[in-house]
Amino acid sequence: MEITLDLIVFIILALFITVSAVLAVTTKRILRAATYLLFVLFGTAGIYFQLNYSFLGAVQLLIYAGGITVLYVFSILLTSSEGDKAEKLKKGRFAAGFAASAAGLAICLFIMLKHQFLPSRFEHGELPVKTIGEALMGSGQNGYVLPFEVISILLLACMIGGIMIARKR
Amino acid sequence: MIPMEYYLIVSTIMMFVGIYGFFTRRNLLAMLISVELMLNSVDINFVVFNRFLFPGQLEGFFFTLFAIGISAAETAVAIAIIINIYRNMRNIQVKNLKNMKW
Repeated sequence: MEITLDLIVFIILALFITVSAVLAVTTKRILRAATYLLFVLFGTAGIYFQLNYSFLGAVQLLIYAGGITVLYVFSILLTSSEGDKAEKLKKGRFAAGFAASAAGLAICLFIMLKHQFLPSRFEHGELPVKTIGEALMGSGQNGYVLPFEVISILLLACMIGGIMIARKR
Repeated sequence: MIPMEYYLIVSTIMMFVGIYGFFTRRNLLAMLISVELMLNSVDINFVVFNRFLFPGQLEGFFFTLFAIGISAAETAVAIAIIINIYRNMRNIQVKNLKNMKW
């Protein structure tokens, strides 16, 4: 397989995501963990862009990187005092967590690489926004208007629930 | 073209890094960050399967779109609960959460 620009971009993104994800769960300071999470989300958006799903990449950047990360940073600043560090991990707990996740990773990678997927092909070309809009609002076959309405109710319920839980009594 | 397995390897690593974080972190917000990592890896899987195996359809695309929305809602409620816990107990370490209000 020859080295193409696509492959180079993908390798950079993959390394960026992997390193940031590992740092996000191993760093001692919680605010740094949130920052590394932001990097992981950026990398994921890059993968969506590379797969020619620009709309999804934009949604990822807007909602995850723009909205959720700000929420995390605010709540971290609200709930942790200055110089707050995670306590040192006990050896036994580290070993148990590492062994469990390494074993799971090995099993999943083994199964995935052994499995014969359907013949895969990659068609270049952007998904037109008109198609996305018509599918999102369509009520016929392959239309998603019902999940769209359900998720709007869910968001309303979450807003009310969040206010109810977090308000001052 | 890049083989589909490469994307799946990245998302699998991300998933298990999230699981490792969920096992080892003892801070509620850090655990929530690990959950976000897991959710993201599943999103990548959906998109990759949609792109490579069923390019004419949009199921994986919309599943990811709705999953992003639902995880936003989940995060908002979880952070509201965590702030409420902080208000009652003055910290958010898991080992201190021995009793509920009643």
